[in-house]
Amino acid sequence: MNTIEETKTIEAAAFRRIRIGYGIALLVTGMLIFLLFGLNTQAGLSSVFGMNLPSSQAIVIPDLVIPAQATVYALAIVIAFLGAFQMSRGIHSIGWLVGALAFAFVLAFLVWAAQGKSFNLVGMLQSSIVRATPIALAALCGVMSERSGVVNIGIEGIMLISAQAAVISASLASNLYVGLLVAILTGGLVAATHAYLVIRFKVDQIVSGVAINIFGVGMTSFISSRFLEKAFTNLNNSGTFPIIPIPILSKIPIIGPALFESNIVIYLMIVVVIVTHVILFYTPWGLRTRAVGEHPKAADTLGINVYLTRYINVIAGGMIAGLGGAYFTIGAVGRFDQAMTAGKGFIGLAAMIFGNWNPVGAFFSSLIFGFADSLQVKLQILSVPIPSAFLLMAPYIVTMIVLTGVIGKSTPPAADGVPYEK
Amino acid sequence: MTTVLELRGITKRFPGVLANDHVDISLNEREILALLGENGAGKTTLMNILYGLYQPDEGQILVRGEEVAINSPSDAIARGIGMVHQHFMLVPVMTVTENVMLGIEPTKNGIFLDKGQVAKRIREISEQYGLEVDPDAYIKDLPVGTQQRVEIIKVLYRNADILILDEPTAVLTPQEVEGLFQILRALIDSGKSIIFITHKLKEVLAMADRITVLRGGAVAGSAIPSEVTPRQLASLMVGREVSLTVEKEKPQPGEVVLQVNHLYVKDEREHVVVNGITFDVRGGEVLGVAGVQGNGQTELVYALTGLLPVESGDVLLNGESLAHATPRQILERGVAHVPEDRQKHGLVLPFPIYDNMMLCTYYQPPFSRGVVLQEKAIMDSATELTAQFDVRTPSIKVAVSTLSGGNQQKVIVAREFSRPIKLLIASQPTRGLDVGSIEYIHSRIIEKRDDGVAVLLVSSELDEILALSDRIAVMYKGQIVDVLDADAVNKEYLGLLMAGMKPSEAASKAKPGEQTVERVF
Repeated sequence: MNTIEETKTIEAAAFRRIRIGYGIALLVTGMLIFLLFGLNTQAGLSSVFGMNLPSSQAIVIPDLVIPAQATVYALAIVIAFLGAFQMSRGIHSIGWLVGALAFAFVLAFLVWAAQGKSFNLVGMLQSSIVRATPIALAALCGVMSERSGVVNIGIEGIMLISAQAAVISASLASNLYVGLLVAILTGGLVAATHAYLVIRFKVDQIVSGVAINIFGVGMTSFISSRFLEKAFTNLNNSGTFPIIPIPILSKIPIIGPALFESNIVIYLMIVVVIVTHVILFYTPWGLRTRAVGEHPKAADTLGINVYLTRYINVIAGGMIAGLGGAYFTIGAVGRFDQAMTAGKGFIGLAAMIFGNWNPVGAFFSSLIFGFADSLQVKLQILSVPIPSAFLLMAPYIVTMIVLTGVIGKSTPPAADGVPYEK
Repeated sequence: MTTVLELRGITKRFPGVLANDHVDISLNEREILALLGENGAGKTTLMNILYGLYQPDEGQILVRGEEVAINSPSDAIARGIGMVHQHFMLVPVMTVTENVMLGIEPTKNGIFLDKGQVAKRIREISEQYGLEVDPDAYIKDLPVGTQQRVEIIKVLYRNADILILDEPTAVLTPQEVEGLFQILRALIDSGKSIIFITHKLKEVLAMADRITVLRGGAVAGSAIPSEVTPRQLASLMVGREVSLTVEKEKPQPGEVVLQVNHLYVKDEREHVVVNGITFDVRGGEVLGVAGVQGNGQTELVYALTGLLPVESGDVLLNGESLAHATPRQILERGVAHVPEDRQKHGLVLPFPIYDNMMLCTYYQPPFSRGVVLQEKAIMDSATELTAQFDVRTPSIKVAVSTLSGGNQQKVIVAREFSRPIKLLIASQPTRGLDVGSIEYIHSRIIEKRDDGVAVLLVSSELDEILALSDRIAVMYKGQIVDVLDADAVNKEYLGLLMAGMKPSEAASKAKPGEQTVERVF
C-alpha cells in the first residue's frame, strides 16, 4: 500500500470535516438571518445609520439610509451562498469564515433592530472605544505580566483599588492629575505585592490573584459604605477629565468623533498599546521579557536576571491596570461605586487570550467586547423586543464564545504561571 | 603548553549530598579534556560551578593563571567561558538570531533591536567553523543537531575561548556525532579549548586529548586515551569490575504476539507522525526500534499502549485487536509498558513506593476488596518486590520522587515485570541511568525474552539497540525503512538509515566491516 496516498486520505478527511461543518454553520446562519430578522422586518421600512455626532467638530457627512428588508434578505442569501460554496469547494481559513459569519449576523441584527428608526453608528463606535478602554488596559496588564511568565488574575482587584484611590486623592487635592498619578502608583504597588508573593515565596499565582480580588472588593466596599457614602461624600466627588479634541484629526468624519474627541485616559490607553507593543517586540527588554516567559532557564544561563525581569514586568503591568482603574472614576463618572469594575478585569484577561498575548491583538479583542457592551446599551434605548436581561448578558456571552477557542487557538508563553527555581 | 583553566579543591555540598569533593582539574590551551563519569558523579555540578550557576563552598577557579570569582553566568561569559547545556537553552518560538543575541543585544539608536547585525555575525561564524544554520529559522522547526549548532554559535558569538559541552552527543545520530567531532576539531585548531562531559567511553577514546574520571564527586583518576582500555575506564568510573556486554543466548522465537498493520497515528498537533507502519514481534524475541528521537517512536508506543488514538490501521495482540482499547484494557490483556518519560508517565512522584508498585493492579484482589484497598496485602507485596528487584531505598514508605533515577526505573520494572505479561514495550528503558542500573535492567529484559515474552524495545541509543535486539527496525519520519537481523548488522548502514538515507543508497555507501557488535557505553 502506498503510504503517502494514505496520509493524504487522512488529511483530506480532516479537511472534509472542516468543510462540511462550517458549510452547515454558514447555511444555518443564513437561514437564521432569514427567519429571525428577514420575516420580522416590514417591507418598505428603512434603517437609518447616523454618521455624525451632534456635538462633534468633524466635517458632516450624509447619514446612511438603507432599505431594511432588502438588506437583510441580501445578507441571508450571501451567507447561504457562502455556505453552499464552502460545502462544495471549501475555504481553508477558519478565521475568515467565522469573521464573515459573525459580521453578517451582527449587521442583519442591526438593520432589523433599526428598521423605521435611526441608529447612530458613530455614536456606537465611540462608545465601543470608551467601553473598551478599561478592558484593553486590563488586557495589557495581563500581557506584560504573562509575557514574563507570571499569571495575574488579580487585575479586577487592582483596578477597583486604584479606582477608589484615584477618586479620593483627586478629591483631596482638587486635581485630577494627582488622582491619575496615585491610581497608577497604587496599581503598581498592589501588583508589586503579588509579584513579591509569587516570585519570592512562590505562592500559587492563582491563589494570590484571587486573594487580591477578594481583598480589593472587600476593602473598597468597606471604605465606600463606611466613609464615602456617609460623612465624607466630599471625598467621592472628583469630577472627570475633560474631553480634549485633537486639532485637525478630530475633523475627520467617523474616526474623528469616535477616537480624537476623548479624554486623557483614552489617549493614554492608545499610547500604552503602541508603547507596550514596541517594547515587547522591538527592544532588548522585550526580547528578554519574552525569553523569561518562554524559557527562564535559558535566559538565566545568558546572564539575564529572571526574577528582576518578572518583578519589573508585573509592576509595570500593575501600573497599566492602575490607569484602567482611574478610568472608572476620574475618567468616566467622577465618583466611586461599590464593585463598579463589574468584571472588566476578567474580560480583559479574555481579551488578552483572544489577542494571543499581543498588545495590539489584545486591543482589538477589547474593541469586540466594548462593542458588545455598548450594543447592549444602544439596543435598550432603541427598545428592541428582547428582554433587557438578555441584552445585559451580551459582553459575557461574547467572552465565553471567545474563550471556547472556536475562533483560532492562541498559545500562552510556555513558562506562563510556572515559578522559576534556580 | 599553557594552562587556560584550573579548578583547585572545588567542594560543593547540597543538603545530604557531597556533590563535589576537592576536585582538581586543569585544561590546557587547544585541548579537548573529557570529563567522564556516571550520572550523579558530579560532572554537571562542577561545570555549573564553573559557569556561575552554583557557587562552590570551597576551592578556587583560575582562568589563565588568575584567580577569579564567578558568581553568575555573566561573569563566566566575561571570562571567555561558554557552556553548551545538555538540555538546550534555546527558546523554541524565537528565531536563531533572537536566541543568539539574547542577553547582549546590539541596538539601533540605543532602543531598537539590531537583528541584521547579529544575523551577519552568525553567518560569519557559521562560515568560519562550518556550522551551517539559517539565522532566520525558528528553533522549533530545526532538527536537534542544528539546534546544537545554534548553541555552539551562541557561545562563539560571546567570544568564548573555553567551551564546556555537557553530554553533547546524547541526542545525535552517529553521523551527527561525527559532524560534531569535526566542528570541535575546527574549534581547537582556531585556538579554543574544550571540556567535554560524557558517560560514553567510546566517544572519550575517539575524541579526547586527556581524560579525567569523576566518581562520587571526586576525581577517580586521569588518563591519556592511547594508554587505556574501555574496561579500565569503566571500572574507574563505576569503582568495580563491570560487564560491558550483555550475556544472552540465541533467541527462541515462538508465535507472533504483536502484529501491527498499516498503523497511522497523529500527534497532538494533528500531524501524521506514524505513517503506515507494519511489523510483528514474536514471543521470545526482542525487536529493537532504532531511530533518532522524534521520528514517531514516541507516538508509536503511545498508540500501542492506548495513550494516543489509532487513526487507521490495526494492532493485534495474539490476534485480538487493541486499536480502540483503553490503556487499562490493554494492560489487562498482558501488555507491560516501561514509558519513555518515567517521571511523567511511569510514576506518581509524590506517592510512596508501595502505591506506585500497585498502579496497575490496585483495584484487583488481593489488593482491593470491593472499594476498599487492602493495605496489608499491598505492603507485603511491595516489600517483596522491592527486595526481588533490588530497589535501594530506606523504606517502601518514602515518596518515589526521593529515589535516584535508577531506582525509580526499578520500581517501574518491578511493577510491570511482576505481572503475567505477553508483550513488553520498553521505551528508552535506560535513559539517564548509570552503568550499574543499565546492566541490571538489560539483564531483566533479556530474562523476560527468555521466558517467551515478546519485547518491543524503543531506544535512541544505538548501542542499547545493538546489545539487546534480535531484530532491528529502523524508523525514520514515521516509517520503518528497513528491518535487519541483529546478528549481521552493519553499523554504518544502520546510521545512514537513521539519518534518512534510502536502504539502496545506504547499502552502496556503507563500507563493509565493523560487523561485530561490541557494546561500549
